[in-house]
Amino acid sequence: MQIAKSETVAVRSGAEVVSVRHAVRKYAVELGFSIVEQTKVVTAASELARNMVDYGGGGTMTLEALDDGIRRGLRLRFEDHGPGIADLTLALRDGYTTGSGMGLGLGGAKRLSNEFDIKTAPGEGTTITITRWKGAS
Amino acid sequence: MERIPILKMGSFLLVSIQIDMDDRTAMSLQDDLTGQIVKHRAKGVLIDISSLDVVDSFIGRMLANTAAMARILDADTVVVGMQPSVAITLVELGLSLKGVRSALNVERGMDLLRQISRELEVESERDDADREE
Amino acid sequence: MADSQSTRLASLMRNRADEVLSEWVRLQQHDLSLRNNLLREGELEQQCREFLNALLIALPQGTTDISTSPVWATVRDYVTTVARSRARQGFTPTETAMFVFSLKQPLFDAMRRELSGDDLAESVWLISTVLDRIGLFGTETYQRGREEIIARQQQELLELSTPVVELWQGVLALPLIGTLDSARTQVVMESLLQAIVDTGSSIAIIDITGVPVVDTLVAQHLLKTVAAARLMGADCIISGIRPQIAQTIVHLGVEISDVLTKATLADAFAIALSRIGLGVGRTSKTTVALRRRTLED
Repeated sequence: MQIAKSETVAVRSGAEVVSVRHAVRKYAVELGFSIVEQTKVVTAASELARNMVDYGGGGTMTLEALDDGIRRGLRLRFEDHGPGIADLTLALRDGYTTGSGMGLGLGGAKRLSNEFDIKTAPGEGTTITITRWKGAS
Repeated sequence: MERIPILKMGSFLLVSIQIDMDDRTAMSLQDDLTGQIVKHRAKGVLIDISSLDVVDSFIGRMLANTAAMARILDADTVVVGMQPSVAITLVELGLSLKGVRSALNVERGMDLLRQISRELEVESERDDADREE
Repeated sequence: MADSQSTRLASLMRNRADEVLSEWVRLQQHDLSLRNNLLREGELEQQCREFLNALLIALPQGTTDISTSPVWATVRDYVTTVARSRARQGFTPTETAMFVFSLKQPLFDAMRRELSGDDLAESVWLISTVLDRIGLFGTETYQRGREEIIARQQQELLELSTPVVELWQGVLALPLIGTLDSARTQVVMESLLQAIVDTGSSIAIIDITGVPVVDTLVAQHLLKTVAAARLMGADCIISGIRPQIAQTIVHLGVEISDVLTKATLADAFAIALSRIGLGVGRTSKTTVALRRRTLED
């Protein structure tokens, strides 16, 4: 697995959530993602970045452009040192109609990505990694 | 922070969202909009999102809440111009945008608002007629 | 880091390059002769010469890490080019691999003429290891080439099999044929929404007569498509619902009560027309024509 390019951005405020969207869009365009693929990964990133600002006390997002020889992809890692998520099952369940709280953000980001990984524990912060591959549905 | 302009078009209001909204801009839009609905006794609100290439759950909730507030103030809301990739993503995200109608563009949105207010007129005339009997 | 054994082997090969090359080309042509000259003779010799040159440059540098070492990059690129082009031309994996493996015999012959004993044994082992790894690398690249072709064809098939038809101005029809999986649904949604934008349609009829199985997943995919169209101001009617499907939907508890459904495409079309203020009726000359609905209807 090759990491062709990577960078890390700070995500501490609502304004920086906007920068997150721009950075992810830029990488997605460079990787040749279709418009729909771009929209999905940028939206997923926006959800996770907002969660990080609202519930994690802010953190960082690391972007990595991947190439495994067969396909190209974009991997995003959101890390914060906030309170962590106590009940992960509950957090991953969606609050569909009201879209309230973290639930929709996590579940939504998961549905919009091809790969989703989360490491969290109360008091130990949270690290969420999502990957979107070009050409996957 | 930018204020999003609200245009008056007859008994309707038109809002065109063209920038990446942060929390404060979204909140002040809701304030401005509800204020304008009352001030002009608007019957309908058109929210043009044709410039938005990303609508996440925050913006989605904002749209749904705005429509709900407008409803309480007796105005209908129509969201227009959603881009196809945004529609596909919102559905995948699971946002239902209940209580928010949609139309393809501003023109269709206006037609829809007029149609709704016509139907309401007919209904209230019928109610009046019933009452008189 | 160069080592003496591989350096000596490389210079031996260089000295006997011409004879090795011509024997190698001859062997391949013999094997490929059944393939009706897919390769022109000059083209094959050119490929072999360039490969041999690249091999002779990389070999003396003392590493046999073919797949990742930068020393072997040129050889890898070269093998990749050959493998991809043969994949496209329809060669079998074996025929493609023989490009590399058939080099062994001429090389062993050359080495036997100059070396003996342990020296010969070690050299044979070295060159065998190197060529085996290059051959395997080539085979993997060939595989990937075939997979890319298949993936691309699948995509084209998906796109071709989801036509969106404009039945009347403002009314679209989407006859779905075959399974409706997640990948297909994406293509369907994109085609439908784009058609809504292009034609300004406000109604889309999704006909599922040709969808053999409607389970919870398929129903969800359909509902997603309907929801997406609605967000763009178009209402959907689902038609072609067979009796069994109606039963399945109820038994599965799928909530489709807020979606209009009709048994046949014809019924759906009639509803769509009435929604836009049109109807179908007979004219005085007993020809069927579309006329505007009047208050008397």
